[in-house]
Amino acid sequence: MTPVLDVRGLAYAYPDGHQALFGVDLHVHRGERVALLGPNGAGKTTLVLHLNGILTAGAGTVAVSGLPVEKRHLAEIRRRVGIVFQDPDDQLFMGTVRQDVAFGPANLGLRGPALEARVMSALEQVGMAAYADRPPHHLSFGQRRRVAVATVLAMEPEILVLDEPSSNLDPASRRELAEILTSLEVTVLMVTHDLPYALELCERSVVLHDGVVAADAPTSELLVDADLLARHRLELPFGFDPVVAADQLAARRTAAG
Amino acid sequence: MGAGHGHRLHYHGHSPMHRAPAHLKLLALLGFVLVVVATPRQAYPAYAVELLVLLGVIAVARVPVGYLAKRMVVEVPFVVFALLMPFVAHGPRTEILGVTVAEQGVVAGVALLLKGSLGVLASLTLAATTEASDLLRGLERLRLPQLLVQIIGFMIRYLDVVTAELGRMTVAMRSRGFEPRSPRHWPHLARALGALFVRSYERGERVHLAMLSRGYDGTVRRQTP
Repeated sequence: MTPVLDVRGLAYAYPDGHQALFGVDLHVHRGERVALLGPNGAGKTTLVLHLNGILTAGAGTVAVSGLPVEKRHLAEIRRRVGIVFQDPDDQLFMGTVRQDVAFGPANLGLRGPALEARVMSALEQVGMAAYADRPPHHLSFGQRRRVAVATVLAMEPEILVLDEPSSNLDPASRRELAEILTSLEVTVLMVTHDLPYALELCERSVVLHDGVVAADAPTSELLVDADLLARHRLELPFGFDPVVAADQLAARRTAAG
Repeated sequence: MGAGHGHRLHYHGHSPMHRAPAHLKLLALLGFVLVVVATPRQAYPAYAVELLVLLGVIAVARVPVGYLAKRMVVEVPFVVFALLMPFVAHGPRTEILGVTVAEQGVVAGVALLLKGSLGVLASLTLAATTEASDLLRGLERLRLPQLLVQIIGFMIRYLDVVTAELGRMTVAMRSRGFEPRSPRHWPHLARALGALFVRSYERGERVHLAMLSRGYDGTVRRQTP
């Protein structure tokens, strides 16, 4: 089966000569939720910007559902790959929530009732339909993050890429976002160094360090390997026991059926 | 656009002035300001008529005059300039309250003050009765190029974000002993403004990336019918 995301031997150096990626291999299959872990400066954001062709690979290839990320496919690639950036203020720039969510699908050529339906369905998926006519900058930070997710969902992407989705959220907003993300039936690549969040949301984790993939394993196995975490500057929050958390998670999933 | 808060100059209301189409209000403001500017310097009765018309509009809009008066502080630099004119102008001198000033300067200063105040008051009235998004649509209907409307739209959207950022920066600076009132500290303020400019520029780049990621190709599609 063709993976949704197929990255092979991806290397990239910034124009100033700083090399951020040294041959990254990564496959994400349909329906998977994968966490991309790594310390600051590991090249996570650089990798993300390759997935929809904002940056062009110096060496290696990126393909989305078999379609290579190349200039002539950019419009389709950007529909297939939905990136939610870290700061919602960067992503929400129109006068109202509705206009902001409509921005992407309108660029895809949707008009009239079809556009409206797409917008409302995306807003309902994140529980923000009641705020459609509000200006985004008057919403709370958690609400803005959810609208930012909706702006991307409205393009019906094949893979949702989230850059540090839990950053700056209070615990309640954090849990609400987790509930929304688990309820979505979409492939997810989540960039984070929030290890408990990765465990809660993603079955599989990939560790990126110094521009290469350093580990790729089920999240619950990865988080109990203290040596591996220490080697890659990853740390669990004080008092967090990944074994206990994994048990709780398993119990919750069984209860949910 | 239904619910939502207005911008800081907006005074919420449902008067005929609030409901009037934004492009007509814009044209009316432009016409009014042109008339004020064209009024001969010493035609004082004409100024009185213009002020009456403006006050009439404000009364219809039911915006408290005090609300507008407070916001007229934006005019202060012009007032200072107008007050200086009698002292710096050349020509025959006259005496007012025991101070020798230039006659031409007094006339010019008074005219500048009157014209400026009328213009500012008229603009504030437009701002008080019109939502920013309606203003943008009004400009669009007046066939202002799309690109300019987009730029103004972004400015309105990010004004709050940038102001809040400057606010956080000054709070952080004050926490470390910075005193904005002291001229000795003004160089720091200048550096902070430089940093703010760089940050805003970088944010602009990030916004552009986010737009490209959602298929932006240079034109903002019309979304609302």
